[in-house]
Amino acid sequence: MNDLRLLTGGEAVAHAMRQVDPDVVPVYPITPQTPIIQTFAKLVADGKAHTEIVNVESEHSAMSAAIGAALAGGRTMTATSSQGLALMAEVVYIAASMRAPIVMAVGNRALSGPINIHCDHSDSMLVRDSGVVQLFAENAQEAYDLMLMAPRVAEDPRVLLPVLVCLDGFTITHSAEPVSLLPDEEVACFVGPYRIPNDVLDTGRPTTQGPFAMPDYYFELRRQQTAALEAALEVLDEVASDFEQLSGRRHGALEAYRLDDAARAIVALGSTAGTVKDVVDELRDEQEPVGLLKLVSFRPFPAGAVAAVLADCDRVSVLDRADSPGGTPPVHAELAAALYGGEVALSGHVYGLGGRDLHPPDVREVFAGVAAPYVGLRGEQCPV
Amino acid sequence: MAELSTWEQLPVAGVAQPAETPRPLTGGWRTGEKPAVELSRCVNCLLCWLYCPDSAITLAGETFTGFELDYCKGCGICADVCPVDAIAMVPE
Repeated sequence: MNDLRLLTGGEAVAHAMRQVDPDVVPVYPITPQTPIIQTFAKLVADGKAHTEIVNVESEHSAMSAAIGAALAGGRTMTATSSQGLALMAEVVYIAASMRAPIVMAVGNRALSGPINIHCDHSDSMLVRDSGVVQLFAENAQEAYDLMLMAPRVAEDPRVLLPVLVCLDGFTITHSAEPVSLLPDEEVACFVGPYRIPNDVLDTGRPTTQGPFAMPDYYFELRRQQTAALEAALEVLDEVASDFEQLSGRRHGALEAYRLDDAARAIVALGSTAGTVKDVVDELRDEQEPVGLLKLVSFRPFPAGAVAAVLADCDRVSVLDRADSPGGTPPVHAELAAALYGGEVALSGHVYGLGGRDLHPPDVREVFAGVAAPYVGLRGEQCPV
Repeated sequence: MAELSTWEQLPVAGVAQPAETPRPLTGGWRTGEKPAVELSRCVNCLLCWLYCPDSAITLAGETFTGFELDYCKGCGICADVCPVDAIAMVPE
């Protein structure tokens, strides 16, 4: 029997953590991640989870402690946002290279500066190339679901990488929605026991972890990470199938929404996908052949599947909630590579920086092909 | 020279186990001085054993016996911390 509750995305993530019941959560609070750890800490204090919460002095320390815990044989989770992720970034790369299967919720928030607390994806994009898996949630339910799927993906022997579950700051972290919680025992059974191949506390089999790698081996060890991320796409698909059997909800690497006969498509990540779905429904009622490609997995990027579902579109518009000053924004760049050599006309739009809302009429303009490169920006637009 | 491994052959994350790795004798890093002990002065406080960054102080049970010169890098910390000046750095 599913348990339907009114929860914010942050609370939903905390309940997923309670049900996964990780051994260790080293964490440092930062808006808009705070409701996640605040709710989870209360659940632990109330005896609903049995986690050792380590109150570290910074996000750099949070990820450092997480690596130690994960490699010592403890299931480990943490959460952060924005500047916290920026401070942590150095250690995120190390977590990926040491193949520590840490699960981290990221409450997406614009990077400073100017200092801001609201949503965009610049924080997640900062660690785009760190070698971690990045999954983006559309709403509180999906954030909960992805947090349950994440340990399975992270800990699979073909992957062994940190998994970041990204949820839009405030829009998801602080907005209450009905969220269906699975029974605790079904989650425990789905997630299973924590196993890693090289436990650093196994004194009978001592290992050196995170060894120095000179020009003779660095390149090969980086290539291993690429292979692990490639494998993550297959693993994510398997975990999505198992989760679908459990919950009836499927979260693969991407979701094609009314794309089958679409001539025009929008590509988006996160909560914006929900806004776009509403506009797609309205335009479909007006007989407009439009659809949405929602990317759940940005890393690994499912380039083959993206190209396949968009192959018959005339025009594809990419919505990026992070800019790349002096270059091409991240999702746009991936789409350009994935669709290269095809017939599809591609345009890119940056929107929503620092938490600026994207309204349904803006989405209509994007579908109509009349939107500016910077959607919602006041003043002159420069060419993209 | 041994043939270098491909990325598929390497252990995940380059995790190394003792049996797989050569044991470089880092004693060769010394630059002219090695520790020497006058055992009659030694009070067996084991401060040298505690401080040695290379675990190069040898014990018999809990009794100081000398230095593992294959791994002593000649840093001189043992001579510095010895409270009874039983250890001194001497030319090789």
